[in-house]
Amino acid sequence: MRSPWFRFIVRRLIGLAGVLIVLVAGTFLMVQLIPGDPAQLVAGPNAAPEQVTHVRETLGLDQPLWNQFTDYTRGILSADLGNSFATGEPVSKVIASRLPFTAQLAFASIVLVLLISVPLGMAIAVACQGGRRRWLDSAFTGATSFFGAIPEYVFGVLLIFIFAVSLGLLPNSGAATVSAMILPVAAVSVGPVCTLARIVRRETTVVLAQDYMRTARGRRLRPLRLYTRHALPNLLTSTLTLGGLILASLLGGTIIVEFIFNWPGLGTRIISAIVSRDYPVIQGVVLVVGLLAAVINLLVDVVLGLTDARTLSGKAGTR
Amino acid sequence: MTTVLQVDNLDVYFGHGRSRAHVLQQVSFAVKAGTTLGLVGESGSGKSTTAKAIVGVVRSAAGTVLVNGANIAGARGRALNALRRRVQMIPQDPYASLNPRMTVGETLAEAIDPRRASVRAHAGKITELLALVAMDADASQRYPHEFSGGQRQRVAIARALAVQPEIIIADEITSALDCSVQAEVLGVLRELRTRLKLSMLFISHDLAVVRHVCDEIAVLYQGRIVEYGKRDDVFDAPRHDYTRLLLDSVPDGGPLK
Amino acid sequence: MRRVRWNAPLILGLTATAVLIVIAIIAPWVWGERAEQTDYSATHQSASAAHWFGTDLFGRDVFARTMVATRPTLLMAFAAMLIASVGGIIAGSVIWVSGPRVREIGQRVIDILISYPSVLFALVIAAILQPGAVTSVVAIGLATCPAFARLTTNLAASVATRDFVSTSRLLGVGPLRLLRRHILPNIAEPLLVLMSVAFTISLKALTGLSVLGVGLQAPAYDWGSLLAKGLEGIYVNAWPALGPSIAIVVAGLAGGFIGDGLAAAANPASSRRVPKRTMKAALAAASASVPGAPPLLRGDEVVPAEDVGVVAVRGLSVVMADGTRLVDEVSFTVGEGEIVGVVGESGSGKSLTAMALARLLAEGLRAEANQLSVAGHNLLGRPPREKLAKDIGIVYQDPASSFNPTMKVGSQLTETLRVHGGVSRGKAAARAIEQLTLARVSRPELRIKQHPHELSGGMRQRAMIASALLTSPKLLIADEPTTALDVTVQADVLRLLREANTRDGVTILLISHDIGVVSAICDRVLVMYAGRIAEELSVEDLRAGNARHPYTRALLAATPKVTETSGELAPIPGRPPQPAQRPSGCAFAPRCPLAQDVCVEERPALMRIGTGAAACHALTWQPVGVQ
Repeated sequence: MRSPWFRFIVRRLIGLAGVLIVLVAGTFLMVQLIPGDPAQLVAGPNAAPEQVTHVRETLGLDQPLWNQFTDYTRGILSADLGNSFATGEPVSKVIASRLPFTAQLAFASIVLVLLISVPLGMAIAVACQGGRRRWLDSAFTGATSFFGAIPEYVFGVLLIFIFAVSLGLLPNSGAATVSAMILPVAAVSVGPVCTLARIVRRETTVVLAQDYMRTARGRRLRPLRLYTRHALPNLLTSTLTLGGLILASLLGGTIIVEFIFNWPGLGTRIISAIVSRDYPVIQGVVLVVGLLAAVINLLVDVVLGLTDARTLSGKAGTR
Repeated sequence: MTTVLQVDNLDVYFGHGRSRAHVLQQVSFAVKAGTTLGLVGESGSGKSTTAKAIVGVVRSAAGTVLVNGANIAGARGRALNALRRRVQMIPQDPYASLNPRMTVGETLAEAIDPRRASVRAHAGKITELLALVAMDADASQRYPHEFSGGQRQRVAIARALAVQPEIIIADEITSALDCSVQAEVLGVLRELRTRLKLSMLFISHDLAVVRHVCDEIAVLYQGRIVEYGKRDDVFDAPRHDYTRLLLDSVPDGGPLK
Repeated sequence: MRRVRWNAPLILGLTATAVLIVIAIIAPWVWGERAEQTDYSATHQSASAAHWFGTDLFGRDVFARTMVATRPTLLMAFAAMLIASVGGIIAGSVIWVSGPRVREIGQRVIDILISYPSVLFALVIAAILQPGAVTSVVAIGLATCPAFARLTTNLAASVATRDFVSTSRLLGVGPLRLLRRHILPNIAEPLLVLMSVAFTISLKALTGLSVLGVGLQAPAYDWGSLLAKGLEGIYVNAWPALGPSIAIVVAGLAGGFIGDGLAAAANPASSRRVPKRTMKAALAAASASVPGAPPLLRGDEVVPAEDVGVVAVRGLSVVMADGTRLVDEVSFTVGEGEIVGVVGESGSGKSLTAMALARLLAEGLRAEANQLSVAGHNLLGRPPREKLAKDIGIVYQDPASSFNPTMKVGSQLTETLRVHGGVSRGKAAARAIEQLTLARVSRPELRIKQHPHELSGGMRQRAMIASALLTSPKLLIADEPTTALDVTVQADVLRLLREANTRDGVTILLISHDIGVVSAICDRVLVMYAGRIAEELSVEDLRAGNARHPYTRALLAATPKVTETSGELAPIPGRPPQPAQRPSGCAFAPRCPLAQDVCVEERPALMRIGTGAAACHALTWQPVGVQ
C-alpha cells in the first residue's frame, strides 16, 4: 500500500491544476467578454483608427480565438504576462514588486486571525459548557456579531481616524514597516476573527460533547492537556474545513484595505488598473491572487492532514 | 401456496476498480403468500442491501426479483415505479422515516394516493388504517414529534399498509426500540399477519425477535445465504457452522457459553 | 404551521430593517433638497445642531446625504441578494438534480469559485462592464452565487438522504411533490437565514466597490461613495466619513441580527425550556416522596466501613440544574470480586448512575448522595485525580466514538500510565501490548501504532477493555459495552469481561438494556425503572424467572427468547414517566396491573426478600413471588 500522503499530494496537485485551468480560462475569457470592441475600449473613445488597429495587433485580438488562447497560455507558462498598457512595464515585474507587500499583509493577518480566534472560541466554549455563564455567551455572540458586521474598510477608516488622525500614534499609509502594518492588519483581521471565533466556539461545543472527550476525562487529565491534546486537533479538523474559505476570502478584504491605507500591494495596483482599463495588469493580478488563494487552501489541507490522519483518506469530520 | 416474492441468484457489487466489492453473491429465496421470511445476519452481511436491491434502490448486477411474477430487477422508469408500490418497505428509524413537517394524516393520505393527497378525501381510509395499528383517529391531526417511538413505528406500518402492497419489507424495525416498546410493535405485526394475511420479509440482527415473528429463516453471511429453512429446523437443528455460532452467541438468559 | 419563536436578535434586526426601509422610502422627500444644497461658506464643518454629521467640501449636509443614499444602497444590495440567492438556488438545484458525473464536476467548479475572493471576482466583472449601479449589482450578485449554490446542494443533499424522502419515493410520490412537500419545507429556514446573510454580504461588497471608486458613479451616490469622499478629506474633517460608516454598520447589523435570530428560531434546541410551573411541581413531587414504612435499605444511613466493599452508594440522586432528578435516591453496594449488572430501558437512569460512580457526569448534572464510596475513594470529597484514574477503569458504549480519532491507539491506551503513573513511553507500550494480547487483539505491536479508524469495531472494544484494565483498576465500569456490537462479537467481549474477573479478580459493574446480557455473566442484578431501583436479585433468581417486582416480571414477559418459540409477548401498557413528571408514589404504578391507592400515594421502599430486594407495596399484601 502506498503512503496516504502520496495519494493526498497527487490529489492536491490535480486540484491545483484544476484551479489553474479555471483561472487561465477565466482571465482569458475576461477580455473576450468586454462588450463592444475591446481594442477601441482600451485605446479610448477618441483614438484614431490606426491607434485602435495597433492596440488590436499588440493584444493579438486580430488572431483566431484559439490562437489567442494558446498564445496566452504559452505566455503564462513562460512567466510572460504581457506589458501594462498604462506604463509599458512587463506585468510580471509589476507583480513581482507588489506581491511581497500583499503576501506580507495577508499572511500576517491569517496568523493573527488564527492566534486570536482559536483560543478565544475555545475559551468561551469551555467556559459556557452545559449552559453555564449565559451572560458570557450572550456577550460573546453580541460582540462578534457587532464587530463582524463592520466592513473592513469602515474599520480601516475608524482606525485611521482614531490612531493616525486623532492620536497621531501610527502611520496611516505607506510602506511596509512593522508599525505601518499594524493598522491594516487589524482592519483586515477583525471580521475574520469574529466569524472564525464563532465557528471555533460552535465546533468546540460539538467536540466537547463527543464520547472520546468523556474517555479522556475518564483518564482524569489536567484541563490543559485535555483541551490542547484531545480537543484541539479534532477542533482544527472541523474548524479549518469550514474556516479555510474564510482565510482565502480574507484576501478580498486585503485588497480593499490596501486601497484605504494606500498600501503598495496588488490591491491598489488592480484598482488603478481597472480605472485605466489596463487589462494585462488586471489579468495578471487576478491570476496571482487566485493562485495565492489556492496556496492558502493547500496549506489548510496540509495542516488538516497533519492533525487528523482521516482527512488524508478523505474521511473527514467529527460527525 | 403461491409465491409472492421470488429472488433468484441476486448479485450486487459496490464500488468499481480495485475497491469493487461483491456484496451479494447468488442470493436466492422465496416468500410464500401469507408467510414471513426472516433474513438474519450481522452487520455487513448484506441484509439491508438485499432489501434495497429488491425495491430497486440498489442496482443488481445479475439475478431476478419477481413480485407475483413481475421482474423488478429488470424494470426501469414508470414500470419500476408501478412495481415499487407493490412492495413496501418499513424503515428502521421511526424518527427519520416520518416527515417532521407533515401530520400523520397527511403522511397517510400521501401514501394512499400520491397524486390526490387530501386528508379530507381519504379521512375514512386514514381512520381505518390507524385502527389497524391500534391508534385513535385523532392521531391523524398530530405531528410525528408528538408520538413515542413505538407509536411512530406503528404509523410507519400503517403507511406501508395504505398502499395495499403484495409484500412488506421490514428492515430492522424494532432495533431502535426499547424491549417493552418492541413487544408492542411486534404484537401489532402479529395481529396484522393473521388478520390481513400479510406476506413479509423481516430483516433483523436479533435472532430472538426473528424466531418470534417468522415462519422461515434465511441466514446471510458475507453476502451469501448459508442456511435457509423452516424456523424450528433452523433454530433447533442448525446445519451450518455459522448459524450454530450465531445461536450460541445469543445471550438467552442462561450463563455465557 | 409552527409559531415563530421570537427572540431578541430577531426583533432587533427586524425593527432596524423596518426603520431603514421607512428612511429609504421617505428620504428623498424629506432630505432630498438639503442633500443637494451647496454652501461654500460652510464647507468641512464638524458636527453641529444644524449639521449632525458636519458638511462635505461643498458644504452639503452629510446627514441628509446619508439619508438620501439609503434608498439606492438598500435597493442595490437587495437586487444583488436576489441575483445571488435565485441564481445560487437554481444552480445548486440543477447540480444536485443532474447525474453523478455532472454533480461531481459542478461541485469541484463551485469549490474553486468559492475559494476565490468574491471582491476580486466582482472587481473583474466591474472591469469588464462599465462601472455603474447595474454593473455593481450584477457583479456582486454573481460573485455571491457560488456560495449560495454550494449551500443549496449541501442542504438538499442532507434532506434528500433522510428516510422519509426515500420512503415517499418508494410510495410513488412524484419529484415535484417531493420537492414541494418534503424537501423545501425542511430547508426553508436555513435558506432564509442564508438570504439574510447574503444581504449583509452584498451590502458590504457593494459599498466596498463604491469605496474603491468602481461602484456607483457620480452624480449618483450611495453610502460607499459618501465614505470614499469622506476618506479623501479625513485629515481635514473626519465627520463626513463617520455618517456613512454608521449607516453601513447599522444596516449590516440589522441583516446579521435577522440571520442570527432566524437561526436561533429554527434551532429546536433554543426552545427546549421546561416551563417554570412543571418544574416547581416536579420539585414538590420529589420532596413529597418521603418513604412511609421504615425501609430495610435506607438511603439516609451509611454503610459501615467494614461492609463498604468496592462500591457503597446511599441515596444517590443525579440532579439537573433546574432540580429535576434523573436518578432518584438510589442505594446499593458492590462487593469485591463481584460482577453486578444494572438493567433497565432507556431513561431508567442506569447509565447516569454508572457515570455518577465514574465521576463523569455531563456538564450541568450533579450527583447528590449520603454516601458515594467507589474503589476506596469518597467521591463526595476530592479524591486525588491520579488515584481515581487508576482505580476506576471504564468501558464505554460505542467503541467507534470513544476513541479520539486524531490520536494513535497506543498513546490513548497508555495515557493514564504515562501521565499519572510516571511510566516511560516504552514501558507503557510494552504493557499495552501485553494487555492487548490478553484481550485477543491480533498483531498488538501494529495496532498501537494505528489510528482508531483502522481497527474494526470489535477490535476497538477489545482495545478499550485492555485500556481500562491496563492500570489494574479496583472497579471496572462497563456502560453498555456490547450494544453497538454484533452478537458474535458481543459474546466475545462478555467472555473477556468474565475472564478479567476470574483472572485478576476485577470487580465489574455492567450496565445493559438487555436482560440476556446481564444474565450471561453477572452474579447479581439491579433492575432500574424511572431513575429508581425497582428490584435487586441474584442471577439465579433472574434466570429462573423468580422476579418479585411487577416491572421486572413485565420486562421478562416482553422479551422474546431465542430458545423457544414463544407465544404472545406481553407489551407493557403506557410509557415510563418523564423525570420531571415522576409520580410521588411508585413510578411504575400507572402501568402496574397490581396497583392500588397506596401505590399512587406512597413511594415504596426497597425491602429485603430472600437474597434480593424489591421496592413494591404489593409484596406486603400477599405473596406474589414464585407462581
